[in-house]
Amino acid sequence: MKTTFNAFLASVLTFGTFAQQNGPAINGNIETTFQYLNDDPVIEATQPPQKGLLNSYMNVFYNDGKFKAGLRMESYLPRIQGYPSTFDGTGLGMRYIGYQNDFVDVTVGSIYEQFGNGLAFRTYENRALGYDNFLDGARVIIKPGKGLKIKGVYGYQRQAFLEGQIVHGKGLVRGLDAEWNINSFKDSWKDKKLNVTIGASFVSKYQKDDREDLVLPENVGAYGGRIAMRYKKFTLNGEYIFKGQDPSFDNQEIYNTGHAAVINFGYSQKGLGIMLAAKSVDNMSFRSDRDEKLQNLLINYLPAMNKVHSYNLVASLYPWATQPVGEIAFQGEIVYTAKKNKKLFGKYGTTFNANISTAYRPNRDYSVYNPLDSNGIAYRTGVFDMSDSLYWRDVNFNIYRKLNKALNIRVSYFNITMNNDVNKVAAYGKGYINANVGVLEVGYKINKKHSLRGEFQALFINKVDEHVVDVNGDTTMQRVLNDRGNWITGLIEYNVSPHWFFSVMDQINLESQASVYSVNHIKEEGVKDTDIFGANLPGVHHFYFSVGYIRESTRISIGYGRQRAGLFCVGGICRTVPASNGLTLSFTQSF
Amino acid sequence: MKKLLNLTFAILFVSSVFAQGDEGHKSLHKVPSVKLLDMDGNEVNTADLGFEGPVIISFWATWCSPCKRELNTIQDLYVDWQEETGVNLVAVSIDDERTKNSVPMYVDGKGWEYLVLMDTNSDFKRAMGVNNVPHTFLIDKDGNIVYSHNNYAPGDEELLYEHLLELVNKNK
Repeated sequence: MKTTFNAFLASVLTFGTFAQQNGPAINGNIETTFQYLNDDPVIEATQPPQKGLLNSYMNVFYNDGKFKAGLRMESYLPRIQGYPSTFDGTGLGMRYIGYQNDFVDVTVGSIYEQFGNGLAFRTYENRALGYDNFLDGARVIIKPGKGLKIKGVYGYQRQAFLEGQIVHGKGLVRGLDAEWNINSFKDSWKDKKLNVTIGASFVSKYQKDDREDLVLPENVGAYGGRIAMRYKKFTLNGEYIFKGQDPSFDNQEIYNTGHAAVINFGYSQKGLGIMLAAKSVDNMSFRSDRDEKLQNLLINYLPAMNKVHSYNLVASLYPWATQPVGEIAFQGEIVYTAKKNKKLFGKYGTTFNANISTAYRPNRDYSVYNPLDSNGIAYRTGVFDMSDSLYWRDVNFNIYRKLNKALNIRVSYFNITMNNDVNKVAAYGKGYINANVGVLEVGYKINKKHSLRGEFQALFINKVDEHVVDVNGDTTMQRVLNDRGNWITGLIEYNVSPHWFFSVMDQINLESQASVYSVNHIKEEGVKDTDIFGANLPGVHHFYFSVGYIRESTRISIGYGRQRAGLFCVGGICRTVPASNGLTLSFTQSF
Repeated sequence: MKKLLNLTFAILFVSSVFAQGDEGHKSLHKVPSVKLLDMDGNEVNTADLGFEGPVIISFWATWCSPCKRELNTIQDLYVDWQEETGVNLVAVSIDDERTKNSVPMYVDGKGWEYLVLMDTNSDFKRAMGVNNVPHTFLIDKDGNIVYSHNNYAPGDEELLYEHLLELVNKNK
C-alpha cells in the first residue's frame, strides 16, 4: 500500500518533470495463449471444466537513459495447462520505477537481479514456464569508478499472483554484492593480457520462528566470493557460497550448513572451443519461506550442469534438474569446425561437437554425529566430497555439414543414464534409465523463399526386471523395457520466408498399447488412449500439427494435437510448452 | 483501495508514455539502455554500442537451433554485408548460468565475428520486448528500431538485407 503510493508519487515526478532528457524509448510486448483442451490420460493432460483457457500479459517499458519505469498487466482466465496454480486473475503483476546515471542506479518496485553466478541470489522470470520470483522492494547499484560496482537489494519476493494481486512470501530478503574489475583500477592495467574480476556477496533472509517444537534460526545468511580471470584465449572462473543453518521442508529440518561451488574453465580460438566445468552442492535449497516447495520463493539458482537439448525426444522425456539437497557434477564440451581439407570436410567445412555431463551423490558421513544429540546436524560432508553413486550421465555428439548451397545435414547421438529413483522424472521408470537416442536432421532450401526441414529421432531404452501378472494370476519375473519403452519421432517443417510455416510432427511410443498399458501399470489405473489420430495404428501416437503466420514482430500460430511437455523448437522459434491435447492459439507482438 | 491505486498508476504511466509520442517527431521505438557484459567481461551499454553505421541486434541461445541457423547463415554473408553497408551485428545470448559457459566455446568454434553480449538474467530481452528467440532487430545509426522479425526461416536473411540496404540508401 505504502510502496504503491510512493511509486505513484514518484511516477508523477518522473514523467512530469524530466522525461525528455535523453531520447526516450518505449518498448514492450504482448503474448496471448488460448487453449481448448481434451482429456488425455496418456500424457496426463485433463480437460478443465471451463474447456477453454487463456493466458495473457503485456509489458510496457519506458527508458530515456536516466529514468526508467515498467509494468506488466497479467491475466489468467484461467491459466493454461501446466502453469502453476499460483497464477490467477487479472491485474498488475509487475511494476517498477527507477533512475540511473553513470554513478548510481536506483530501482523501486519489482526487481530482477542476479549476484555473480546466482548461487546466492537470483530473481528472474520465465513466462513460458510460469516462473516469477522477483523481489518487491528496492535496489541500489553504485559505481564509484575504478571498476568497482556495489549492489544492494531489499524486499519480499513474489510468491503468487492470486485474484489479480501480487502475493508476497513470508520472509524478508536482504542482499549486498560487490564486484571489482581489477584491470579498471589503473589505465595502464587495462590492456594487460591478464584480466581479473573479483566479487563477494552476502544475502540474508528473515522469517519469524513460528514453531514450538524447534528453535529455528530467524535470520539465515549465505555468503561467499568469486573470481573471474581471462588470459589471452583462456578463461577461468569460480564461485563459492556458504549458507548458515537453515532447517526447512526441503532438508527435513536438519541443522547442517550448506554450500555451493562452481568452477568453469574455457579455451577458445577461431574454429575451436573447449569448456570444462565442475559443481558441488550440498544442502543449498535457499527460500524466503522455509516451508515452501516446488519452484516457490527460491532465492538462489542452482543450474543443472548439463546441456540443454532441443530435439524433443531428448529434451522432453528425460531431463535432469539439480538436486539442491546435494550433488556433485561435471561437464565438458568441445566444438571444432574443420575447414582445411576440402575433400574430407566439404567446401563449407564440417562442425564437430561433443559433450559429456555427469552428476553424483555427495559422500555423507552419518556416523560422526550422535542422532540423540540435540544439535540437529545429520551428517558431515565436504566440498567436492563425492560418492560413486551416479545420478546422471549424458554423453552426446553431433556432426553438422552443409553439403551445398541447398542441403545441410546434422547427425546426433545421445546416451543418457538417469537414476529415476532419486529424481522421479519418469512416472513408470524403474531404477536406472538408460536411453540411446539417434537423430538425423536434414535442411533443404528449395529456392530463395521456400525451404523444408525434417527430423527423424529414435530412442531405445534399457530393460529391467519386473513382476508381471499373467492371465492365470501367476506372478513371474520378466525382462521388460524400462519406463514406456522405445520411441521414434518424425517432424517435417515447411517454411515460406518471411511469413508462413507449416509443420507436422508425430512422436510414437513404439510399444503396442496393450504392452505399454499392462506392463507399465497404466491398465491398472484404467487408462485408455483417447487419441483421435492413430488410435488404430500400432504404438501410441502424438500427432501435432502447427501453422504460423509471421509479420515482422507479430506472430500468430495455431497448433492442434497431442504435445508432450518440454522445449519445443518448431516454426523457427524455441519455447517451453506444457503437456496438452487440443487446440492452442498463440499471439505474440513486440513493440 | 490498493487496486484503485494500482490502476491509477497504470493509467498514468500509459498515458504519460503515449503523450510523449505526440510531442516529438522522433521515434520512441529505440534501443533501451541496459548494461551487459561482452565475452571478455567488458561492460557495454546497449543504447550506446559505439558503432557508426546500422546495427543488427539478434537474440539467440546455445539451445536454440533456429537462432544458430540464422546466425550461421548470416556469418557466411557477413563480410559482404559489412563491406556494402557498414553494418555490425550484435548477437545477444540469453543463455543463463546453466549454459552461458558454452557461449564463447560455440561462438569461437563456429568462427563468428559478431559482438556477443551476455544477457544472463534476460534484462535486455525483457527491455526489448522479446517473447521468444530468435528475434532480430535492425537499428539505424541513431538507435531507432526500424525493422524486426520474430523467428527464422531460411530466406529471412534476404529480407533483412533488403531492409538494411533500404536503410543505408535512405541515409545517403
